[in-house]
Amino acid sequence: MSKHFVSAIVNGDEVEFRCDSGETLLDVLRTKLYLTGTKNGCGTGDCGACTVLMNGRAINSCLVLGAECSDMSIETIEGMAVGGELHPLQQKFLDHAALQCGVCTPGILNMAKALLKENSNPSETEVRFGLAGNLCRCTGYDKIVRAVMDAAAEMRARRT
Amino acid sequence: MNEKRKNSTRSGSNFKWVGEVTPRPDGVDKVTGRARYGDDLKLPGMLHARVLRSPHAHAKIVSIDTSKASALEGVKGVVTYRDIPDHPLATPPYPPIIQDFHDLSRNVMARDKVLYDGHAVAAVAATSEAVAREAIKLIQVKYETLPHVLDPFEATLSDAPILHEYQFTEGADPDTSKPSNTFRTLSGERGNLVQGFSEADVIIEREFSSQPVHQGFIEPMACVASASEDGSVELWTSTQGHFVARGLLSKLLNLEISKLRVTASEIGGGFGAKTTIYGEPVAIRLSQKTGRPVRMTFTRSEVFRATGPAAGSRCRIKVGIKSDGTITAGDAEIWYQAGAFKGAPVGRALDTFFSPYNIKHIRAAAHDVCVNRPKVAAYRAPGAPMATWAMEAVLNEAADVIGIDPIDLRLRNAVKEGDTSLKGTKHGRIGLIEVLEATKNHAHYTAPLGRNEGRGFAVGYWLHGGGLSSASVILQDDGTVNVATGSPDIGGSRSSMRAMAAEELGIDVKLIKPIIADTGSLPYSYQTAGSRTTYATGMAVVNAARDVIDRLRALAATKWDIGVKDVRWDDGHAIPADKYEGEISPLSLKELAEVAMKMGGAIAGHSEINASGQGAAFCAQLVDVCVDPETGRVTPIRHTVIEDVGRAISPDYVEGQMQGGAVQGIGWALNEEYIYNENAQLQNTGFLDYRMPVASDVPMIDTVIVEVPNPNHPYGVRGVGEPPLVSAPAAVANAVENAIGTTMSHLPLTPPKILRAIGETIPEAAE
Ligand code: FES
Ligand code: FES
Repeated sequence: MSKHFVSAIVNGDEVEFRCDSGETLLDVLRTKLYLTGTKNGCGTGDCGACTVLMNGRAINSCLVLGAECSDMSIETIEGMAVGGELHPLQQKFLDHAALQCGVCTPGILNMAKALLKENSNPSETEVRFGLAGNLCRCTGYDKIVRAVMDAAAEMRARRT
Repeated sequence: MNEKRKNSTRSGSNFKWVGEVTPRPDGVDKVTGRARYGDDLKLPGMLHARVLRSPHAHAKIVSIDTSKASALEGVKGVVTYRDIPDHPLATPPYPPIIQDFHDLSRNVMARDKVLYDGHAVAAVAATSEAVAREAIKLIQVKYETLPHVLDPFEATLSDAPILHEYQFTEGADPDTSKPSNTFRTLSGERGNLVQGFSEADVIIEREFSSQPVHQGFIEPMACVASASEDGSVELWTSTQGHFVARGLLSKLLNLEISKLRVTASEIGGGFGAKTTIYGEPVAIRLSQKTGRPVRMTFTRSEVFRATGPAAGSRCRIKVGIKSDGTITAGDAEIWYQAGAFKGAPVGRALDTFFSPYNIKHIRAAAHDVCVNRPKVAAYRAPGAPMATWAMEAVLNEAADVIGIDPIDLRLRNAVKEGDTSLKGTKHGRIGLIEVLEATKNHAHYTAPLGRNEGRGFAVGYWLHGGGLSSASVILQDDGTVNVATGSPDIGGSRSSMRAMAAEELGIDVKLIKPIIADTGSLPYSYQTAGSRTTYATGMAVVNAARDVIDRLRALAATKWDIGVKDVRWDDGHAIPADKYEGEISPLSLKELAEVAMKMGGAIAGHSEINASGQGAAFCAQLVDVCVDPETGRVTPIRHTVIEDVGRAISPDYVEGQMQGGAVQGIGWALNEEYIYNENAQLQNTGFLDYRMPVASDVPMIDTVIVEVPNPNHPYGVRGVGEPPLVSAPAAVANAVENAIGTTMSHLPLTPPKILRAIGETIPEAAE
C-alpha cells in the first residue's frame, strides 16, 4: 500500500506525517502525532468525542482522512490553552463542574469554540442544538450548557 | 446555580472544605487533553489486538482454524479458548455480582459454544491495527447453529432452547431433574398476602416489560498489557476497580496476585459496566505469547455487542390499598435477562420493590434467566430502576383511583428509622420523609401545565454500598500532602477525598494532591460502584488523616518532651495543653513535616477498612413532558431531582451525579433499547441507532440536595450516584401517562407506542 505524505499545521506547528489511504485524521493525531487528547468514542461520526477544528470549522476527525489534511490547519484540545493560560471555555468548564469523567470534554470544548465563533451570544436552545452532535453520558448536559453560555458572556465582555 | 443551591435543604455546617466548591484536582488535565485514559498509553513495541466475534446468537463451535491468520505478515500472536484456562463450576458462585470463573472463562473467549451475537471467539495481536483487522478475517470458524431465545419469560418455558446443559435452577425449590435457563429464583415474603389483599379497598394489578439498555459510557473498553518473561504482568486499564480486576485476572489466568500490577487509567465513564473484565485477559495472554506490550481497545460496536448491558425485564405486580391511602399488601415478580451467563441483579430487585414503604404483607420474587444476549453487567443501581418503575406506576395509578395526592400517598406509607426492609435491613436515620416533603414544597410540583403536557412523579430507594477500602495519607517534607486511594475516580471523587483530608488535617485543599494508587501500592479496595466511594473510601481517608494527626501529635510530644495526651490537634497545628501556655508555642503541620525528617522519619497514615453502616437513600423526581399527538414524540420540558445524600462533600459534583442519572433515566424511558433481528443479531450497534439523549433532547435538570446526615459517617455521607437513576424512568413514564391519559407498560416509550396508545394510526415507516 503506498503511503501519503502529508504536511499540515497542527496547533500552529508545521507537522509532517505519512499515512495509509484508510487512516483517519483521528488515527493520525492519536497514533502518529501522539496528541491523544482527541478521543475516539465511536469512530463513526456519532459521538463528537473526536471533534477538532479544521481551518476553523468543527469536524469529526474520525470522518476525515489523514490524506485530506494537506496544508490544512488543525486545532486540537492540546492547543486550546495558550501560554499556560486556559481558554475561557476551559476555565468555565472547571468553574461550572461541566465535566465528570471528562472523556467527552475535549470534543465538546472544540465544538463550543466553533459555535461561539459563529454566534457570540447563543441562547440556551442554540447551545443545545450546537452541541447536539456531542454525546456526554455523565453530566446530563445542564452544567455544560451553563458553562458554554457563561464563557460566551465572558468572551463578549473581554472583547468590549 | 448558586441561586439553585439556596433552594436546597442543605444543613448548615462549620466545615471549611467539606461542602464547599473547590477546584477539581484532575480538572485542568481533563480540559487540556492531558489526562490519560485507557487508550492513551503508548509503549515501545506495542502490538494491537483485535477480537473475532460470533455472528451467531447460539451455535456449537465445530472447529477454529487460525493458521492463515498466523501466517499473515505482521501478525505476532493468536489466542483462542485454548489459551484461556478453564475452571470448574463454582458452587456457590461469588456474590454479590456473581463471578463464576467457569462462566467468566467462557465469556472472555467462547469455548464449546457461542451464546450471543458478538461473543469472542479468537483474537490476534499484530504490528498495526489494520493488520490485526485483516488477520481476524482470515480465521476460519465452523459453527453448527442452534435455536436461540431472547425473552426472559420465554426462556423459562419448557420448550425453550437451553443455553447451558449443566445449569439447574437453584433456589427455594431447586429442580435438578432437567437443565434450565433459570439460574435461580430469589424470593422473600412477610405477613399474609391473603389477609393483606382482603383489607384493601383498591387492588391494582399490572404487567411491565423493558428492553436491555446499555451503560453508554463514551470511552470504549481499553487496556494495555505488558507481560514479562519473569512471570510478572503490568496492566493499564480503564476500570472501575483495578483491585477487583486484578483479583479476577489472577484467578482466571492463574497468576500470582503480587506479580500482577494493575494501574487504573483515567476512566471515561463506566456506570457499572467497567466493574468487571472483558478484553484484559486476552490482552495479557497475547502479551505473554508475543513478549510484547499489547493494546486492546474495543470498537463502539463491540461495546454494544459484548459488554454490559443492563438486563431487560418482564414484571408483574399487584398492590392493595385502602381508600385512606394505606398500602395493605404487595406482590411482585420479575424476570431479568442475565444474558448468556447467570448474574442478573435479582437480589437488588427483590430489595427494591417495596422498600420505600412500610407494608405489612408483601412477597417478591426475582428470576435470574439466561438468554442469548451479552452477559449483563451492573448499570447504575443495578436491578432497581425497573422494579421501582412497576411499583411507582401502580402507586400513581392507585392515587388517581382513590383520589389522593401521590406524594401524600407515599408520606402515609413512608419508611422511617426503625422500619425493616423485606431483606431485613433495619433502617437507621433515613431521609425519605424529608425528600417527599421537599418535593411537595417545590414550586415545580404545582406549576401549571400546558396543552399536551403531563407531570410525572416517582421516588426510588437504594441501599448504598460499603465494603473494602484503603487509603494512605502521606505527608511530604515540605508540608504538602498526597492522598492515595484505590478507588478509580469517575466523576470527581478525588475532590471529595481531598476535602475530607483537608478538613481533618486543617490545611488548605491546595496543599493536597489526591492520587489513585496502583494495586502494588495500596491494600485491596472494591470498585467505584454502588455509590460507595465517598462513603467507604472517604471513611478510609478520614481514618488515615487521623492516623497522620496521631503521629504528628506524638512527634510534637517527643520534641516538647511532654505527654502525647497533652498535645491536641487544631486547625493544622499541634497545640500543647493549656498548662504549657506561653512556654511552648504550637507547631504547624508544615513545621512538623520538617521536624519528622530529622527525628523519627517520614510521616504517613494508613487505613484499611470494611465499611458498613452506609444505609439507605431516597431520590424523588418530578418530570414534565410534552407529547406531540401527531408524531408521538415525547419532549421532557422540566425535570427536578430531589435526593437525600446525607452530606454533599462536593456539592457541584453531587448535583452533576443527580443530573447525569436523571438524563440516563430519560434515555431508558424514551429511546434506548437493544434491537435484534430474527436471527438474534443486534441491529443497533452504534450511537446513531442506539439513541442516547443529546443536549437538545433534554431541559435543564434542577436539583434539590437534601441533607439528612448519616450518623455512621464522620461527615454524614450516604452516597449519591445510584438513586437518581432508580426513580428517573418511572417518573418520566408517569409523566407520559399523565400527558396522554392512559397507562404505559412497555419501555421504551417510542413514538409508535405513544401513537398506538392514543389511538392514532401509525405511518408504516415509523414502525
Ligand atoms: S469518534 Fe468521531 S464522532 Fe465519535
Ligand atoms: S463527562 Fe463523561 S461523557 Fe461527558
